[in-house]
Formats: sequence, structure tokens, C-alpha cells
Amino acid sequence: MSILIDKSTRILIQGFTGDKGTFHGREMLEYGGNVVGGVTPGKGGRTHLGLPVFDTVREAVAATGADASITFVAPPFCADAIMEGATAGLRLICAITDGIPAQDMMRVKRYLRRFPKDRRTCLVGPNCAGIISPGRAMLGIMPSHIYIEGNVGIVSRSGTLGYEAAAQLKALGIGVSTSVGIGGDPINGSSFLDHLALFEKDPQTHAVLMIGEIGGAQEAEAAAWIKDNMSKPVVGYVAGLTAPKGRRMGHAGAIISGAGDSAAEKAEIMEFYGLTVAPSAGELGSTVAALLDKKRRAA
Amino acid sequence: MNLHEYQAKELLQSAGVDVPRGAVAFSPDQAVYAATEIGGWHWAVKAQIHAGARGKAGGIKLCRTYGEVRDAAEAMLGHRLVTHQTGPEGKPVQRVYIEAADKFDREFYLGYVLDRKEERIRVIASRDGGVEIEQIAAEKPESLITVIVEPAVGLQPFQAREIAFGLGLNIKQVQRAVQTIMGAYRAFRDADATMLEINPLVLTHDERVIALDAKMVVDDNALFRQRAIEGMRDPSQDDPREAQAAEHNLNYVGLDGTIGCIVNGAGLAMATMDVIKYAGGEPANFLDVGGGASPERVATAFRLVLSDSRVQSILVNIFAGINRCDWVAEGVVQAARETQIKVPLIVRLAGTNVEAGRKILAESGLPLITAETLSEAADKAVKAARGQI
Repeated sequence: MSILIDKSTRILIQGFTGDKGTFHGREMLEYGGNVVGGVTPGKGGRTHLGLPVFDTVREAVAATGADASITFVAPPFCADAIMEGATAGLRLICAITDGIPAQDMMRVKRYLRRFPKDRRTCLVGPNCAGIISPGRAMLGIMPSHIYIEGNVGIVSRSGTLGYEAAAQLKALGIGVSTSVGIGGDPINGSSFLDHLALFEKDPQTHAVLMIGEIGGAQEAEAAAWIKDNMSKPVVGYVAGLTAPKGRRMGHAGAIISGAGDSAAEKAEIMEFYGLTVAPSAGELGSTVAALLDKKRRAA
Repeated sequence: MNLHEYQAKELLQSAGVDVPRGAVAFSPDQAVYAATEIGGWHWAVKAQIHAGARGKAGGIKLCRTYGEVRDAAEAMLGHRLVTHQTGPEGKPVQRVYIEAADKFDREFYLGYVLDRKEERIRVIASRDGGVEIEQIAAEKPESLITVIVEPAVGLQPFQAREIAFGLGLNIKQVQRAVQTIMGAYRAFRDADATMLEINPLVLTHDERVIALDAKMVVDDNALFRQRAIEGMRDPSQDDPREAQAAEHNLNYVGLDGTIGCIVNGAGLAMATMDVIKYAGGEPANFLDVGGGASPERVATAFRLVLSDSRVQSILVNIFAGINRCDWVAEGVVQAARETQIKVPLIVRLAGTNVEAGRKILAESGLPLITAETLSEAADKAVKAARGQI
């Protein structure tokens, strides 16, 4: 098992015929993902990478039975693309796009709540590297060869820091069940907590590595939830210890603006709730390895 | 993107918020002319910088004569104003705002923020205005009135009334305050703002409700549809290196340390800084070169980092995902040759085609120090900065 995606996931690519959609579409196909088609308004009826192109997500879903999408749609139009996907009944939408206005995301989040919980779309991102369940499927832009199949779940705000973690784990022979990038925007789709809850239920996942950064309260909320609800060990890390207050560090959401959202405070909150905090980004893999070892000896 | 007070007030005024009569001036002559145009007997001369706490720092002067207006403008223009929000280097004052100084009875706080936790716009008000919101929250938290706006329908009049009555206003004043609160919300929404602070909002002697000061931050991601606001950008208020970086679509933030960083990805860039600190060093900057670390971008990055004279060593940390290490390595070699780097250069490559990339670095003949892991790279960078390698 894995979370969110596996071999049976039927994938649509929104913004299929653009440069990014084409490049990453090919990568996902090469990885063996079940990509069933794509959407580019105005290009319906064509064939791209050997797959059908549709004008609307609704048509694409009707024709292909797609249940998930990845969107590369440009920032001015991406909120619209997400809402279109949600309305067409997609279970999962992964938004790679960086640069969506925050007020657009505010409206997207409100729109997603129109649907009853059991039919509500899970949005991953935006401004993320996507999702990979090694050996099964990829719905993202990550270098797939740095992931080996295994039992550690990764949930990270940052894309490249998630890669760093996967590569450190691989160097120690440790594999990944699923890695999810939740994105660096101030208002994003699913949170750390949403994915931790899925990892808790996933039998393949034995431990989780949660990689946060400065800004916002999602890491703290997740840590509090872990204490009361999670039986699996969680390693935490928060990037931005050396980041000055009030300065945006690359990601739109990476800014220390109030009490509790600095890296030191978040790491302290994680420790308070019983997480094992990795002392440095150079020790993500070794901290997970030590925790798995301890768990094995205890069992 | 930050706006100046006068720019924020322009936006507020066109949304129906009452603001004092005022005009912007770039010279003392213009300041005096503005005062004559505005009329009246009292004017405030206000330094326009992208930082608060100007009053205590001498950035706001109350004037009773044209001569005083001229003197105040002369004292501010062309100088740097240091407030407790600017840092020790201060911000350059290139424009002043001249405003009619009306007498007022009461000061309130009115703020709007895109609340990350609620994922909605939050309106905050307090009857204890004129001081910073952090201070109000710490000393008189019970005075804070909060309203969350439902994005599907926007701020409703009943919510504005709740705030206005909460401020202790009478019914006549409430009607005016509601107009202000609703107008400021529209200005916030239509400008794609992420923060708007009217502090203080005042009740004048003649019972008008006016925005005496205004601070506004606009979402950078929304500037593609906010062309008029984009035109309000004042690059003089930005760190010159950061402005230069922004021109090349690089994210640079200057810090105080000695180890320059060039990294791809914001999270990895922050983590690299942290690992340097963990290894006993201090990072000189945050710099994200983005996904496609082309030779041109890497060269620009080198020039930016090297323009900081405190830099004693440079750490390049690239985790190649979409791009390939061999390609990045070529870029690093080319950029290192072009910019003639005098400080030790530590390069750590990981990801796609890492072996080919390392080979290119090794065969370049450049005095590069290579590292395989993040921790090793940081250790070497710290030692190199101290002259120990």
C-alpha cells in the first residue's frame, strides 16, 4: 500500500500540451504511471504523447475514468483549473504551479468545501514537487531515481529538501512508501495533518518524516495531533533557524510574522509533543534510521 | 510588495475611505507648495519609507508655518531614517507626504490580514490605537475585536457594525465607521493585499472617521493583474543586492555572516544556511537559484554573493532534479572562470547524473573543494572561511 496514489490511479494532466506538461508527462509515463490523457482548452480532439487531449476536465473524466490530476496551468489560470477539476469529480489534484495569488487560493479553499466530505477533492500543493509512491506511481516533478520503495512516509513543504531527505534515506538503504510535497504557499491545499492521518492508516508506512519550514501554524497543529492520534514514530525537522524575522525566504509562505512560526519555536513544539527532531538537515536520514532501529529493538 | 503611506491612502480614498487632504513632495519647494494647496494652519510632514515607527525616530513633524514645513522636508529628504523597524542602516527618504493635521479626539486600530490559519481575511480592531498591534495584543488583549470574512460573500455590514459599536462609537459615528471599514475591505480585496493597517484610525473633533496613517502590503503573486500597483514600486526602499537579484528572478536575502550560499530550492536553501550554523559558521545570505540553474543564472548568483565584501567562502549546493548535475557543473565552472572568484568555493552536487557532474568539476583545473553530503559541505565551507583549508 501507499497513500494517495498507486498503480491503479488514473492520471490526467491539466496544462498537458505546454512545455512543462509535456516534459513531466513523459517522465511520469516513463515511470510507469497510468496517465490516461490531458486537458488543454482549445486543443480537444488532438493526440499528445500518444494520449487524448480534451477541452474540459469534465469530458476527460467521462472519457477516461480519470480520478486524479496534476496541473501545470500558469498562475493566473490555475485556481480556475483546480476548481474545474474538483467540479468534474477528481478525487485528487496535485498543483505544481508556483505563483498563484493568495486570494485566489482563499477562494479555491472555500470552493472545495462546497462538496460533501466523502466527495471532496484532496488538493496537494500548490507550489510543490508533487507525490511519488516509489515503484508504483508518480504524480509530480521529482527525480524518481532517488526514491526506493520502502516503509518511511515523507511529507514536506519544500521540494528540494524532500529530495535531500529521500537521497539520505536511500544512501542508508531505507525506502519510502509515499512522499508528498504540500508546497510553500501561505494558503495551500492539504496540510501536514491530512497526510499524517493517511500515513497512520497505511500499513506499508512504519514511520514518517515531516519536513516543515518557517511561517504558519501547520507544523504545530500537526505535532499536537500526532501526540493524541498517531501510533507511528514521527521525525520532525523545520528549515529556517537562521532566517531573519519578517523576511520572505523564497517561498511565498516562508516568512516569520508572529509568535510561534519561527523554526526554533516549531521545533520546540514538535519536541514538546513527543516528535524526534532531527538536529540538522544533514541528519534527516540518520535520525530516521536511528528511530527505526530503536523501534525494531523494542519490538 | 510594500506600498508607501501616500500610495495606500490613494487606494483607500478611491474605495470611499476618508483620509486627510495631502500631497506628496520630492523637494522642500514642493513641500511648501503642497502645504499652500492643502490650506489650513497645521500640517504634518511625513517621511515616506517602507517601515513603521517613524514618529519616534523624527520621521513625522507637525508644522505651523510654511517655514517649518520647508525645514522639516529639508531635514528628511535625502537622508536615511532609522526607526526600530528599519535596522541600523535605515531607509532612504526620497519623498515626503504633506498632510492637513486635523485635531482628533480618539485613536483606534484597524487592520486587515490574509489569515493563514483561517484561510480567510481577518479584520482586527481596537479602541487602543496609535501603538503597535503587538503591544495592544500583549497589554490589552481584551480590547481586540476580530471578524473573519467569508470569501463567498465578502465583509457584511453587520460585521462592520459589530466592530464600530465595539470601538465605543455612537450611532452617528458608527455609520461613518461602517463606511470606512467596508471601504478599506474593498481596497484590500481589490488590490490583492495581504496586509493593511490603519493605525491610527481617528475620530476628529467634527466626528469624522479618518485614516491618519496607512500601511499596505500587496501579494507579489498577484502583481500580474495589478499593473497600477506594480507601477507604485519604489526600488530605493529595497536592499540593492535584493533588487538586483529580483531583476534576474533570483531570490536573495542578505544576512550578516561570512559564508555565501548558492542553492536550488527555497527549502534546501534555508536548510543549507541552518547546516552552516550547525557546523559553527554564519551564512552571509539566502539565495535560491531556482529549478533551472543555467550557467547565466549561476554566474549572476556568484556576482551577487561576491558583491558582499564579508564573504570568506562560497558554498554551492545543488540537488539536481529536473536539471542534470553535469549541466550544473558546467555552469559552475564557467561562472567561476568568468567571475574570477578569490575566496574558496565549495561545491556539493547531488541527484541526476551526479558522477558526470563531479568529473567535470574535478577536470576543470579550478581550485574547487568538493563534498558529497550536505554536512560535509557545510563543515568544509566553515573551515575554508576560517582559512583552515
